[in-house]
Amino acid sequence: MKNLVILGAGTSGTMMASHLVKKLPKKEWNITIIDQYKTHYYQPGFLFLPFDIYTEEQVKKTGSKFIPKGVKYVQEKIELIEPEFNKVVLQDDKTLNYDILIIATGSKIAPDEIEGMEGPEWQKSIFDFYSYEGAKALRDKLREWKGGKLVVHITEMPIKCPVAPLEFAFLADSYFKKKGMRDKVDITYVTPLDGAFTKPKATKALHHLLEEKGIKEVTSFNIERVDYENNKIIDYADTEVAYDLLVTVPTNMGDELIERSGMGDDLNFVPTHKHTLQSKNHDNVFVIGDATNIPTSKAGSVAHFEAEILEENILRYIEGKTLKEDFDGHANCFVETGNGKALLIDFNYTQEPVEGTFPFPGVGPLKLLKENKMNHLGKLAFRWIYWNMLLKGIPIPFVSSKMSTKGKRIEQTA
Amino acid sequence: MKKLIANREIDVNEEGYLIDFSQWNREIGEGIASNCDIEMTDKHWEVIEYLQDKHLKEEALSIRGIKKSGVINIKEFYALFPKGPLKTSTLIAGIPKPKSCI
Ligand SMILES: Cc1cc2nc3c(=O)[nH]c(=O)nc-3n(C[C@H](O)[C@H](O)[C@H](O)COP(=O)(O)OP(=O)(O)OC[C@H]3O[C@@H](n4cnc5c(N)ncnc54)[C@H](O)[C@@H]3O)c2cc1C
Repeated sequence: MKNLVILGAGTSGTMMASHLVKKLPKKEWNITIIDQYKTHYYQPGFLFLPFDIYTEEQVKKTGSKFIPKGVKYVQEKIELIEPEFNKVVLQDDKTLNYDILIIATGSKIAPDEIEGMEGPEWQKSIFDFYSYEGAKALRDKLREWKGGKLVVHITEMPIKCPVAPLEFAFLADSYFKKKGMRDKVDITYVTPLDGAFTKPKATKALHHLLEEKGIKEVTSFNIERVDYENNKIIDYADTEVAYDLLVTVPTNMGDELIERSGMGDDLNFVPTHKHTLQSKNHDNVFVIGDATNIPTSKAGSVAHFEAEILEENILRYIEGKTLKEDFDGHANCFVETGNGKALLIDFNYTQEPVEGTFPFPGVGPLKLLKENKMNHLGKLAFRWIYWNMLLKGIPIPFVSSKMSTKGKRIEQTA
Repeated sequence: MKKLIANREIDVNEEGYLIDFSQWNREIGEGIASNCDIEMTDKHWEVIEYLQDKHLKEEALSIRGIKKSGVINIKEFYALFPKGPLKTSTLIAGIPKPKSCI
């Protein structure tokens, strides 16, 4: 018998288990998946939890429910990967040998990277919404907050779901409007980027929305420390931004496991071939989702597109065929803009987000880079799609893993 | 686009970044720096060489990377190249502006 081991049973790991159990002959392959937690969180829901739009129950379920029959689920912390010996060591010192390894350990916040962030004011006046605990604590704070300066802040790139902090600012605007206290809240968006987003067309559209909602922008802000005693964040150029309530996205890093195993870069992300998803240093190790260092968004939708290609490449690897260089960086993200609307962006390594219709050219019903109600319904539907289709490895109808240029208004560059 | 820097015609993009690194030399770097009101010192050049080396090795540049460079800390980096230090220093170094990926 041969062993395929999947590390992490989050979005990517669970999807790979669903894909591969259907394809690998049961008589030849054992599939094992390992995760430290019992609970599988719907992370996109962490955006809505602070505003009481989703409840706690809507964003978490028991993880083992989503592991397909025929796959062995081990709930244990992974201590070490020893790629030279094709071995994984668990916390209880048990070891697992593998023929093929899939790393799907994701990324998480590291607030201790910035001086003063995780200090005495953490979850008092300084919050994150990228973790379940953070989002919940922030919800309780917002319920009773009387207003003041709200600063929505990104520490450094890359972060998962890079549009989430913008969405947070938009949703905060409508949340306080609905509570009849928007005039008591001053919202500022602070980013290390030189605009609202990294790609020019989307930056323009999003900048316009920020302006329309009266949200101030501070760009090119590289935070040095949080001065929690005087309620301000300070950057390396000595620019200061004062806050009463700081909602920050701390540095995102891969799990310490990757560092312990000597397999990561500065941020514990695993160097990965961006078109095949094979790790750069070990032929029988593949990497998917937030754990990779590839230059595309860290998002569930990206992981979904990657999973289809990785399934094929693992089968090719087993057959001794050359791998397909098929992954194009395809990302597809709804951007919640508040007041029951959203916009949609669809892009890849080379094509920036542009205007157009999706998925049917000229028809839609979704609109690219333009706000509408239909897009918002799409975003809400994503939760159902996530639990019922994505994790089970069912393809999303009409949306292919490679980006399509149909329906996109692409200007010819000279 | 062509731009006259240190009396030579150099190919640059809309933001002024060199398109072809082989056109770069110290005088060009000096010329760009003076346009940014920066007077180059040995420490400046040490940073420029570090950035060029990283670029040739195709390693991504970031503020975090500077912290671990062993050449300079971030505070000094801001002192040498005020405002957007990565943007300015890569401009002088003749290499592309670092894009933070999404
Ligand atoms: C606020 C927010 C909003 C988002 N919105 C969207 C959105 O709208 N659309 C979208 O597509 N994506 C969105 N995302 C991103 C999406 O949730 C992630 O990209 C996706 O979950 C990544 O999947 P993954 O499997 O790579 O990592 P994860 O789902 O994070 O899974 C990693 C798993 O590995 C386990 N693990 C790690 N280390 C160890 C260890 N040492 N031992 C044992 N187990 C370990 C963890 O417990 C975890 O279960 C959002 C994320 C956040 C935080």
